[in-house]
Amino acid sequence: MNKILAKQRLSKEVFRMEIEAPEIAEARKPGQFIILQMGGEFGERIPLTIANADPVKGSITLIFQAVGETTHRLALLEIGDAIENLLGPLGKPTDIKKYGKVVCVGGGIGVAPLFPIVEGMKKAGNEVTVIMGARTKELLIMEEEMRETADEVIVVTDDGTYGRKALVTVPLKEICEEDKPDCVVIIGPPVMMKFAALTTKPYGIHTIVSLNTIMIDGTGMCGGCRVTIGGETKFVCVDGPEFDGHLVDWDNMLLRLGTYKSEEAEAHHRCHIGLNINEGEA
Amino acid sequence: MHITKETLDAQAKELLEQLKDKTLSPRDRAQIPLQEMPSQAPEVRVCNMEEVALGYTDNQVRVEAMRCLQCKNEPCIAGCPVSINIPAFIAEAAKGNYGKSVEIIKESSLLPSICGRVCPQEAQCQKFCTVGKMHKDVEQSVSIGRIERYVADYAREHDLEKVPHIKSDSGRKVAVVGSGPASISAAADLRREGHSVVMFEALHKAGGVLVYGIPEFRLPKKIVEHELQNLKDMGVEIRPNYLVGKTRKITDLMERDGFDAVFVGSGAGLPKFLGIEGENYVGVFSANEYLTRSNLMKAYAVGKSRTPLYQSKKVAVFGGGNVAMDAARTAKRLGAEEVVVVYRRTELEMPARREEVNHAKEEGIKFLFLHSPLKITADEKGRVNGVELITCELGEPDASGRRRPVEIPGSEKIFDFDTAIIAIGNDSNPLIKATTDGIEVNRRGNFIVNEETCETTLRGVYAGGDIVLGAATVILAMGQGRKAAKAMNAYLEDLA
Repeated sequence: MNKILAKQRLSKEVFRMEIEAPEIAEARKPGQFIILQMGGEFGERIPLTIANADPVKGSITLIFQAVGETTHRLALLEIGDAIENLLGPLGKPTDIKKYGKVVCVGGGIGVAPLFPIVEGMKKAGNEVTVIMGARTKELLIMEEEMRETADEVIVVTDDGTYGRKALVTVPLKEICEEDKPDCVVIIGPPVMMKFAALTTKPYGIHTIVSLNTIMIDGTGMCGGCRVTIGGETKFVCVDGPEFDGHLVDWDNMLLRLGTYKSEEAEAHHRCHIGLNINEGEA
Repeated sequence: MHITKETLDAQAKELLEQLKDKTLSPRDRAQIPLQEMPSQAPEVRVCNMEEVALGYTDNQVRVEAMRCLQCKNEPCIAGCPVSINIPAFIAEAAKGNYGKSVEIIKESSLLPSICGRVCPQEAQCQKFCTVGKMHKDVEQSVSIGRIERYVADYAREHDLEKVPHIKSDSGRKVAVVGSGPASISAAADLRREGHSVVMFEALHKAGGVLVYGIPEFRLPKKIVEHELQNLKDMGVEIRPNYLVGKTRKITDLMERDGFDAVFVGSGAGLPKFLGIEGENYVGVFSANEYLTRSNLMKAYAVGKSRTPLYQSKKVAVFGGGNVAMDAARTAKRLGAEEVVVVYRRTELEMPARREEVNHAKEEGIKFLFLHSPLKITADEKGRVNGVELITCELGEPDASGRRRPVEIPGSEKIFDFDTAIIAIGNDSNPLIKATTDGIEVNRRGNFIVNEETCETTLRGVYAGGDIVLGAATVILAMGQGRKAAKAMNAYLEDLA
């Protein structure tokens, strides 16, 4: 079970893996995620969005960035190795329907989970514009797939090494002003999602964000992933991960994400030493 | 105050010598002193995760078993939710026939090592014990749970357990959803009849609350693993990482995967929050999260476990049940300097077991009664730095029969805390209901079942344990699992 069928390095720190998981592949819909656990009984559980699935082959695709200990360990697995524990599909699927004009905004690794939503939105008959951003050219992923699928693709980099030198919010604002889209979907780092959601807010555009909080079980039994949505406490793993971007208490979410910052920094350091991976080389 | 195991054993040995060969009247028996449970010294155990109660010694269990009067009317049995033949297993224990003793228990209960540890015996079997009545003190009752625990541990450690007889293949397939105590009981009873049984568990480890909730220091996980191994030895297939409702729906299990019947024992795992200002600040945890991190993910093994822990100095635990005690005692072991259980009623109304409250007190846990949280405050980084509490007084009894706490206006005060753990109860897991048409639940989200058969409103689907009862006890869940399995066995036999 959960054997790795294919592995590819998309950028310095980003990997794509195709994993055998027939039941998840069959049940999964865009927007859903899995929880994985590996490294024996002391291994942690981490959530990763399902980037794609092939129900016929019985496999799912994960695209992940090696940022912490568990993702580093995952990156070290090779074809034929197995992931010990894989649970899913979890969370509610994206509300894919015909909106009209849809803008999908992806930042960094967020482009990966955005892709099946772009596909779904396109299939549902929408006109889809993709804005994809990265810190620098080397970190940009899946541009080709996006260009094949979307009606229009706008690429931005923070440092201007490729595409426009801008944050994703710049072209997003322009689109909002020129021809008001009917729906905006944003997936990326929390700070990016916050500012992108703030960009669409004055225009009153329906804005969906996919939240990436700390999770443990992923099935609704602990509330470790909880966020404040429109003043109410919600669990990202069962009520989400997608919410109305204009109702999210972003500042609280950002604070909660920092809960274990010092412990994680230590673990990050430890894994670079322990796993013989150089800083920046996954 | 704390008496060592060696001293307790020596005392028991001496008593045993005196009592040997004597004919004892019921009055004599009732006068035999209750055998204290040996335990780790409080100052030692707060620095480890190992089991607090060490279990009786051979001498102690023999003496304690002699306290049983072998009453003809067997009042204790009526207090046991699964009607274990208590006098019979105690009589065998008194003779030192521990293998025989555990066999008698296993006719009615499959998890004696677990129930002997975690059942609230003072509210069940021991509540009705004649010896306790003679002393007018339930705490003087025969220690049925401790004897049960001893014989079960003995049988496990001496390899005296037999794999139960399994009938030949019935050709029927049953799915069991969840792997907690209700599901374990149901799975075993269904398997015995020759049905093929697959148990689906969402987490990566089976056992339910026995692995993620109850801490190691109360229930060693190797005991739970052993019980699950017994189930596997019987031929029950356990499938972890399978969330029924998401990975597959119940109806798909029946219509597509060929399961003839389903037992749902998915429990009450939805934590309740307070609904007060500041409950999403950094440093506020549900007891479920706190305990899952520590127990299931072994975060207590600092340096080994990859699941991080929140560094706490001053912890407030809201609630007065066993989960609150477990969370408070865990926080202490994880290095908190001060842990305060904040409960809105008085010690008398606390639902936690007396023994757990005493253990907590011995370990230096503080209690603040008649206080209720109003607001959680935080510093500029969003980290908890205090809790505003209001003083309460007890008013009229409410629906639960306990006197209702009434807040006293003007008594609000902010107390310094850096961590808050919420242990005010759990609701039923809503996932199955949300993904299965035809299953009816009551307003609290508990499954509605036929009381005799545990069948839900969906034909062929049965349910038991906390998903039906709301958050209850391990033994009640087991009792329901058995009841459902009995009805399911009849249902499966009638299937054409």
